Amino acid sequence: MSESILEVQGLQLHFSQSKGIFTRQRAVVRAVDDVSFSLRSGETLGLVGESGCGKSSLGKALLNLHRPTAGKVIYQGQNIAGLSDRAMRDYRRSLQMIFQDPFESLNSRHTVSAILEEPLIIHRIGDAESRRRRVAELLDMVGLPSTASSKYPHEFSGGQRQRIGIARAIALKPQVLICDEAVSALDVSVQAQILNLLLDIQRELNLSMLFISHDLSVVRHMSDRIAVMYLGQIVEIGEAQAIYSHARHPYTQGLLAAIPKLGSAPEAVSLIGGDIPSPMAPPSGCRFHTRCAYAKDKCRVDAPTLNVDHDGHPAACHFWKELTVA
Amino acid sequence: MSLLSVQELSVSILSDDGAARELVSKVSFDIEAGKTLGLVGESGCGKSLTAMSILDLLPKPQARRSHGKLIFNGETISTAAPSRLRQIRGKNIAVIFQDPMTALNPVQTVAQQIIEVLNIHFPKLSRRKHRERALELLHEVGIPAPEERLAVYPHQLSGGMRQRVMIAMALACEPDLLIADEPTTALDVTIQAQIVRLLKRLQEKNGMAMLFITHDLALVSQLSDHIAVMYAGKIAEYGPAKDVFSKPCHPYTQSLIAALPGINSPAKSPLLALEGQVPAIENMPPGCRFANRCRHVANICHTEIPQQDVNTNATMVACHRWKEIKQ
Repeated sequence: MSESILEVQGLQLHFSQSKGIFTRQRAVVRAVDDVSFSLRSGETLGLVGESGCGKSSLGKALLNLHRPTAGKVIYQGQNIAGLSDRAMRDYRRSLQMIFQDPFESLNSRHTVSAILEEPLIIHRIGDAESRRRRVAELLDMVGLPSTASSKYPHEFSGGQRQRIGIARAIALKPQVLICDEAVSALDVSVQAQILNLLLDIQRELNLSMLFISHDLSVVRHMSDRIAVMYLGQIVEIGEAQAIYSHARHPYTQGLLAAIPKLGSAPEAVSLIGGDIPSPMAPPSGCRFHTRCAYAKDKCRVDAPTLNVDHDGHPAACHFWKELTVA
Repeated sequence: MSLLSVQELSVSILSDDGAARELVSKVSFDIEAGKTLGLVGESGCGKSLTAMSILDLLPKPQARRSHGKLIFNGETISTAAPSRLRQIRGKNIAVIFQDPMTALNPVQTVAQQIIEVLNIHFPKLSRRKHRERALELLHEVGIPAPEERLAVYPHQLSGGMRQRVMIAMALACEPDLLIADEPTTALDVTIQAQIVRLLKRLQEKNGMAMLFITHDLALVSQLSDHIAVMYAGKIAEYGPAKDVFSKPCHPYTQSLIAALPGINSPAKSPLLALEGQVPAIENMPPGCRFANRCRHVANICHTEIPQQDVNTNATMVACHRWKEIKQ
């Protein structure tokens, strides 16, 4: 097992929100609730779950864009909560993010060269001449022509804009790349181009990646290991192969069964009924019990834990052993 | 006889410089009663425009139907008067849209919106009958506690529940044809699976036909009897669903299927991406519109528009070279 570059321990991220315009009461949204995992050097960890399960909030908490309510994020042995402003700037230099919407995440009033140069200026890297060279190099790496540098974001298609976003993210030669739904807004043919580009860049720069997506077939293609999130918690984590062929948690099994497969009939019965409950009032016991086909009395009372067991494929379910046998 | 026959339909958009540009170009297909036609294609290929032009719901005056004939149940609806179209809309042909939040009225309750449809098409029935029917519909689309949901506003419902309300409205008059424009794109996979199953069940029960528009190839392959693949405003391939996916003849269909991750591809291997982009509408190539991205392009593709050819599976292919490049 290679060593971990990023270690997350008991991370919690709670948002307080007004209960309504006529009340002063506040409700707490438990976006991320006691999440622990490690990102190994050079690997891609896929993070999947339905909308609102907290996967994007978790990604932002790693960059300290949201300050965690509790828990630790440890980067190369150092807790990032204790970093000085200056050290935080260095930390952010080594952790970069690619966002979902290539239309909103680029400044529409800046040219491409200004967008790519900005991180270099902020981190005081090189002089004007070397920065220009670096911009040209970055454009080349992401497969854009050098003429792109004087254009504005609106002159590009969605896929090309995502390339600009990737070029900006790798401008500072980061160690870790967080891709938050990086290909969700793209068409199939363009999506494949961007996925190939991400794989190339990862190999070239030896990047570790946290790949957040709701699309399980994309995650499967990109990841070495996969973590499945439900209502702010990780319910299963393991090698990608193991997750897809021997899913242990009923939620993972249901998610996989729900993906439409080319040319096959839809599943006759849905393993997961109903809607995702509100993260303001998560169900008691196991959070998934309201939608689980196998829920028993114990599940309504006791919250299962994600025990890291001997085979490195833990599932937070009381009964997973019986379910896999059945 | 088919329920809906679309013949050489073209839709033009008036651009800022005053020129009319054809976004949908001579599209033809048929939908049989009780069957599902899946219309697939990437964003901007004209699949929604095609669907909206069936009910004359195009954004006027910029967009208009510039060519073609629409025959629904033996009646030529492409030349029908607006008053006649109003009778057909909602009653014989209903639509559900992608985003249920923007398609529902935010200041009306669920009951008001369903009853509005019934009021238009069955004005003689009593208010009580309308309410009973609304309740029955909510029950049918699988909304829990339907009595309580009648009084709520769309924002109080989840995305999946809103889409169920949309479906309930569309089914209010038991239409012969349901046009579903990306009905599950905004939903999570688990909810998508529920909605797809619901649509299938209702289709079997009411015997309605469906035009299912989506960019999701796998989803459409599960739902459809026939499939039409659109590219840049034209139909590239059109035929029985199982043949189009198991033996795709058009290079575009082949590339789309190959670009999907996870079917047979080992993890982290490069995907067979389709390079390049769809040509811009202002400089559509004179020949095949797919020529600039096609792996099998030849000289003829740049100059001549491919004719619609029919293969042994009764699949229509618009490609000069499909016979040579068969897999």
